[in-house]
Amino acid sequence: MLNKLDQALIRELQKGLPLVSRPFLAIARKLHLSEPEVLAKVQEFIDRGIIRRFGAAVRHQDLGYVANAMVVWQVPDERVQEAGRIMASFSEVSHCYERIRAPGWPYNLYTVIHGQTEEQCREKAARLAAAAGLTDYLVLFSTAELKKSSMKYFLEET
Amino acid sequence: MLDDLDKRLLNLVQTRLPVAPEPYRELARELGIAEEEVIARLRRLIEKRVIRRLGAIFDSRKVGYKGTLCAFKVPPERIAEVAAEVNRHPGVTHNYLRDHEYNMWFTVLAGSEAGLNKIVEEIKERTGINEYLLLPAINIFKIRVNFDLA
Repeated sequence: MLNKLDQALIRELQKGLPLVSRPFLAIARKLHLSEPEVLAKVQEFIDRGIIRRFGAAVRHQDLGYVANAMVVWQVPDERVQEAGRIMASFSEVSHCYERIRAPGWPYNLYTVIHGQTEEQCREKAARLAAAAGLTDYLVLFSTAELKKSSMKYFLEET
Repeated sequence: MLDDLDKRLLNLVQTRLPVAPEPYRELARELGIAEEEVIARLRRLIEKRVIRRLGAIFDSRKVGYKGTLCAFKVPPERIAEVAAEVNRHPGVTHNYLRDHEYNMWFTVLAGSEAGLNKIVEEIKERTGINEYLLLPAINIFKIRVNFDLA
């Protein structure tokens, strides 16, 4: 469980690392902690997987990866682990999740594929299908991004 | 436009920002430029929204949050109005239109299962959309958000 201090540190960190020479000191002062305490806590969050990555989140649309396809796959339950691992091993796959099936919606494995064109995404999906031995899938292209934001944790009681 | 130095800097900070007293000085040393130059370039990349977030990228599950992917079947003429209602919620972090009869795909995060249900119920009620899929994840095989800029 995360205590009040952990939550306060997460609130500060999610504002973005301050652009000053000693950013952890700047955060420490706000929380009445020392710089080494903040550094140790951040390292602990990384080690515990609470911080997935300590780096920069970059908008890839601006970098030439314009086509983004979500490919949904119907995979027999006993093959999900294997198929998930195969898909995840491809560098063009950025996300790979197993999700529950819904009534009338038999798809249970989800991958996000990035490419320069829609055609490229379709070719990549076909390669994934061949590699994982799957035939039932849909390639869903995004036609508009309506929202993309970073989650702000612990700002309100939910 | 991004110059070569921007790209080298982005490639470096995408994967790892040093957890050290002077992280920008360490990046500067690696790139062979001044610390002030690193800070100025990062500030510009953030202002230009090339960088969405600098520093900690959290794992929502490990933070203790619950989430789901939702797909709604929205009549084309109602997209703007429904999107406004969906996007109003801070827990909705991503929302895309996709070329399928289930055309609006968004993710919802909340601090508890009850909080998550409350948001989803509110969206259903206020939009009146009754054809939808709720698709929570049960297994994560991969999340990667790095892109090679070389």
